[in-house]
Order: sequence, then C-alpha cells, then structure tokens
Amino acid sequence: MSPMSKLYLDPQLIDRARTAASDIADSLQSFILERTTVAVERTVLRLYGLDGVDADYVPLPNVVVDHLKEGGLLEHGAARYVLNAVLQKGLSIQEIGESVAAGTLNLCELPLASDDEIRQKGLELAHASLDLIRANRAKRDDYLSRLGEGPQPYLYVIVATGNIYEDVVQAKAAARQGADIIAVIRSTGQSLIDYVPYGATTEGFGGTYATQENFKVMREALDEVGEEVGRYIRLCNYCSGLCMPEIAAMGAIERLDVMLNDALYGILFRDINMQRTMVDQNFSRMINSFAGVIINTGEDNYLTTADAVEQAPSVLASQFINEQLALRSGLPEEQMGLGHAFEMSPELEDGFLLELSQAQMAREIFPRAPLKYMPPTKHMTGNIFKGHVQDTLFNMVGVMTNQGIQLLGMMTEAIHTPLIHDRHIAIEGAKYVFKNLRNFGEEIEFKRDGKIVARAQDVLTDAAGKLEEIRDIGMLEAISRGMFADVKRTMTGGKGLHGVFMRAEDYWNPFETLLRAELGLEAMAR
Amino acid sequence: MSETKRYEPWKDRDMTKVRPYGDTFDDGMIQLSFSIPVPPGEEAAEAARQLVTQMGLHEPAVVHQHDLGEDFTFVVMYAKTKAMIDYTKIKVAKVDSPRMSFYEINEYIKEQIGRKITIIGACTGTDAHTVGIDAIMNMKGYNGEYGLERYPMVEAYNLGAQVENEEMVAKAIELNADAILVSQVVTQKDVHIPNLAQLVELLEAEGLREKLILICGGPRLGHELALELGYDAGFGPGTLAPDVASFVVQELVKRGLK
Repeated sequence: MSPMSKLYLDPQLIDRARTAASDIADSLQSFILERTTVAVERTVLRLYGLDGVDADYVPLPNVVVDHLKEGGLLEHGAARYVLNAVLQKGLSIQEIGESVAAGTLNLCELPLASDDEIRQKGLELAHASLDLIRANRAKRDDYLSRLGEGPQPYLYVIVATGNIYEDVVQAKAAARQGADIIAVIRSTGQSLIDYVPYGATTEGFGGTYATQENFKVMREALDEVGEEVGRYIRLCNYCSGLCMPEIAAMGAIERLDVMLNDALYGILFRDINMQRTMVDQNFSRMINSFAGVIINTGEDNYLTTADAVEQAPSVLASQFINEQLALRSGLPEEQMGLGHAFEMSPELEDGFLLELSQAQMAREIFPRAPLKYMPPTKHMTGNIFKGHVQDTLFNMVGVMTNQGIQLLGMMTEAIHTPLIHDRHIAIEGAKYVFKNLRNFGEEIEFKRDGKIVARAQDVLTDAAGKLEEIRDIGMLEAISRGMFADVKRTMTGGKGLHGVFMRAEDYWNPFETLLRAELGLEAMAR
Repeated sequence: MSETKRYEPWKDRDMTKVRPYGDTFDDGMIQLSFSIPVPPGEEAAEAARQLVTQMGLHEPAVVHQHDLGEDFTFVVMYAKTKAMIDYTKIKVAKVDSPRMSFYEINEYIKEQIGRKITIIGACTGTDAHTVGIDAIMNMKGYNGEYGLERYPMVEAYNLGAQVENEEMVAKAIELNADAILVSQVVTQKDVHIPNLAQLVELLEAEGLREKLILICGGPRLGHELALELGYDAGFGPGTLAPDVASFVVQELVKRGLK
C-alpha cells in the first residue's frame, strides 16, 4: 500500500481522534477493573476445565458460581474457593463441580488453606490450561504454513440451517466453492441467555446454539475439508451477549479463528446492561488475544438502524474506541477486525463514491487491522437480481480498498437464511470481482479536490469532534444520550446488571493475572 | 407491396386464460433454479429435467449446472407451462382503506379523532431484527417517508427487539395504546406463527383485543395470514409508515375507537 494517504487525510487530525479515544478507553478501563461478573467467574472455571451440566441441564460453571454468589463470596473471585476445595478434598475441578451440583459439597463452609498455597495451586493449573490454548495456536500456525490461506479480502460466509450437522454439509460445500471463513450463525435469542447451552444441537431459529460441542464438530469438519482443498478454513462464532468471556474461552479451547466481540453492539441492539458487558468484554478480548483470534466488531449495525450517510462519523468514532479498548485487552492490531458496512441507499446519486471513501478511509486509519466489511442488508429488497448487483458493487469497494474480511452479501438477503446455492452464487461473484480487479486499487488515485477526498475529510473531522465530546461527558453518558445509532441506554437498564459485582480488596482471578503478563499489559499505565 | 397483417394477440388478451410470458405471447415461459443432492453431470441434468417435467412443465432445458461440492449440484433451467388461470375470478384479502400522506393522516387524526393516538411497536419473541419496525417507527423512517415518531398526532413507542408478548401487553395497558405493531423478520421453521398467535390470546385474556388495532408485518407476512391469526391487518415487504398509519387511523374511526 502506498505510504501516502490517497485521501490526503491530515495525520494530526487522526492523532487528535486517536488521543480522544485513548482517553475514553482509559476512563472506561478503570471502571471495568473495579468490577467482575458472573460470566467472568464462570469463564475462570471453564478455563480450569469445568464442563458438563447437572440433572436439570444447568451448566456446572453456573451451578458453582451461583453457589458462591448465594454464599456472598463471588466478589473475591470464584477461583479461590474452588482451588481451596482442590487442596482440601483432593478432588479435580470437574469433581468439585459435580459434588456442588449433587449438594454434597459446600464451598462456602470449607476452611480456607493459606493464600500462598491457593495461589500456587491456582497458577499451576492455570498454566496448564494456557498451555493447551498455546498449543491450539501453534496448530493453527502449522496449518497456515503447511496449507496456506486465501488472499485478503477473506471470503466470509455464514451457515444457518439450525442443525449443526447440516451446517457441516453446507460449510464444507462453501469451503470447496472458495470460502475462507465459515461463521455458524447462532440461534436468535442466545445473546440474552445467561448460560451456555450444552452438547451438540440440531435445532434453533435462524441458526443453532454456540456450544462447545458444536464448535468441536465444525472445527473437525473444516480441518478435514481444509486438508482436501489445500487451504486453512477459518471458523467464526459469536462471543457477544451475556456470556461473552465464556464463549471466548470455548473458542480458545476449540481453536476458533474469528469471533464477533463487541460490547457496544450488545448494549445498543440487544439491550444488555452496559456495566455488565463492558466488564465481560475486557476479559473476553484478553482470551481472544491470547488465542490468536481475530475479533469482529459490530459498527456495521449502526447503519442498519440509522442512516448510513449520517452515521458515518459514528462508525469511525466507534472504530477508534474499539481499537483503544482492544489494545487495553492486549489485542494486537492484526487481530482487530473493526466493522463497517456498505449500507447506503442504492437510490443515492454517487453513493458508490461515498462508500468507497468510507472504506478507503478506514483502511488508511487502521492500516494493519483486518477490517470486517459487511454487505448491504437494509436496502436489500427481495429482488434477487438487483441484490446481486448491489453485492457486486460492494465487492468492488472491498477489493479496491483492501478490506481484510469480506462478509459476502447474499442475493436472498431479506428473504431467508442462505440456501446452498445462494452461497455459491455469492462466492462465485466475489471471486470474479476480486480476481478481475485484484490490483485496481494500486492503480488509482483520487482527485485532490474531488468528492471522495472531501467526504473522507468531513467524516474524519466529525468523528474527531464527536470523540472529543464523548471524552468530555464519558462513554457511558454518551450511550445514555443516544450518540451511537440513535439508541439510548442507561447505566442500570438492560439485561444482566444483577450479575455485576464490585471486586473485593483481595479479588483474585489467576487467568487475568497470567494473561496480563502474557499479553504485556503490565507494562501499560495500569 | 404486400400488406402484413399486424399480429398483436396481447391487445385483446383473454383475462380468463392467463399464463406466464417470455417473448412470444402465451408461451408459458418459466425460469427456475435449484439444487439437487446428486453429483454434477449428464445424469444430474436429466434428473433436473425429469423433476421439472413432473412439476407439469414441458420443454425443460438445463442452461447451466454447477458443482456445489459434497455431491450437490446447482441448476439453472427454463421450461414452459400449459397451466393457466382465470384472472377475473381472483380474490385476495388486502388492506382496502385508501393510503393517505403524512399530512393527510395528521389532519385526519385531528379532525376525526380529536386527540393524539398512541401506537406501540416491537420485534417480539426471540426476534432480534429491528430493521422493519425501525423503518416504520423511527423518526427518520425509510425511503424518504418519515417514521411514526415524526407524526405530530401520533405518540409512537418503538420497544425494540426480543420483547416478550407479556411485556407488549403490559406496555399496551400502561400507555393505553390505540394500536400495536408487531414485526417478525425471523420466520425460519415458522417460529413467528405461534408467537403471533400467543399475543392475540394474551390480548383476549386481558379483554383488550377489541379495544385496539393489532397489526403484524414482515418480509414473509401478508394480510391474509394476519387475518387468519386474528390480526386486523398484515403488511409485507415494501411497506412504509403511511401505509400502516392510514390503516390504523381509518380503522379506529370505523370501529368507533375514538
């Protein structure tokens, strides 16, 4: 890519915006580090290997965390009490979970071993867990060096039959057709349930559940087809919702490669409580980061509820904030799939110019991030023929501006989840455009006084102004005022607030401690 | 110079005998595309032709086939039908109140109802896709038409996504709603049907059903299905705020719910 800005963006203005976003992230971070949540504590137990369900199908991590919550001990961190039981009873963590579920063990009444003993045991077991994730990461690297991968923009498609085994058939077919990333759509509504369902699932609406077993089933299938087609096929799922960090942990254990991860999305579009999900996001991104997972953020969604032309500065502002928050979770830029979308009305004259401007601007401002570019959805009509043309223009912008992840549009968007041939037609179209225009972006410059340049400069100026305004009032207040996507949410509204706790003085989360060191976060300000 | 008789059968078409049209009047031309669970090849093409023949079409032509992998094949086909319908006998349930403009609707409310009306809307059940309800209700609206929040004579409350039917009913009582709009975008495996029906049952149980206008909408919803489910109207794709508002205000007056 040319070192000079094709859009003649002012580096000082970019710095101003980034500094404001950094200040916003810092003040959020101090808020986050004072708290923990039921989901964070369940994640610690999952990372220690606790799995399975009780007689009523309640996951054991929920059973144990609820048990400690009732005993009023959760603000100290779940790890201490579980590891204490390991020391006192000589049981494995899994056995402890089962005993608590059976009602034969009360963690709140056991005498506590010395803090040193507990910490030593905790770190020892945590190291072993992290080694497993490290091995997964090495395995991915091995696949990538042995099999290779498709060029960027990666072709990302979804499967959503509702049955994980049928999803496998559609996913393997898509991989053979040329897909690079397969996302398994979750059942609508999973983001609002405060536990992770268990086992392989063959039902759901608009998708099927994110479960550890489903991850495993799809991972195996994609490794198999990847070997056959000679390309590593990445697997994507969603760690948004009330179980963000738990699903991030499951993804790390089962070697997912891409995960949706955006608290702001949950706040605005799923009405999840902002305190809850900001705290959850921080820990989930640390896990994603360590596991080498590319996160996808959800800025594209602002454009489905509000006008894409007007909301462009909000999208950019949110990308800046997401970048800074991700850095504070130790996530490198190469794993930041910041989101945006091709969502302007097709009726707009020169709409293509504005889309091109926005995509090029994001590319220049976040040069190392594998930007996630979302296709038209809001203005797809059921006219599949016109829809295919809309998707083609979207693909042109994607390849011209070097997007990292191209979420392929489906001509049948607004009708149904993709049929097997909808996906084929989308992949075939994208491959054609990407190949035909592969180096087009390198060949063109934009008129210095033209519309594309002027638009990018306006959007950046507005985004910088917006970020400075948010810095003055604080991120949480900005959300309360509806500054993102025209949606207003309050500090205490939404789902999941009852699962947020202030950390006690002696709060201890061994994985957080180790990950902070692993990710180089100790070197940062706090 | 010989005179060619102008052959223009479409000019006196027989509306009791209507069939699809491609380029030769009455040709019955149909375009199809689908996938079949067999590997690609001559056998796949023949299988597709026979399937289409079984559908009652004739002259089936496979113009394209593609290997989808996993032993599935995609085909694009043309075929002709001899079927025809009597257009003069077609009966369709549809919203028949005239469509008014933004200004006309607000004037109509002022004159005919004499107070602001309250409309609540949401995506109910597990549905998280607000694009439809937002297009109808949010201030900015969609495609150049303001949403209901912009109507001076309408108190519009968009409750968002994944609203339970019970909550919807509670809100209707709390706000003394004149109309409820339910959007259903996710219709996979017909999940929307029991959900829509449950709202009607709850409203009936509360004795509210007759006191308000109940409307559903979504890409796979129509007026006929809505009536079957006990709604007053159903709106499909392409609906804008004035379509819905026109129906609501006229229905309120018609039913004496002023």
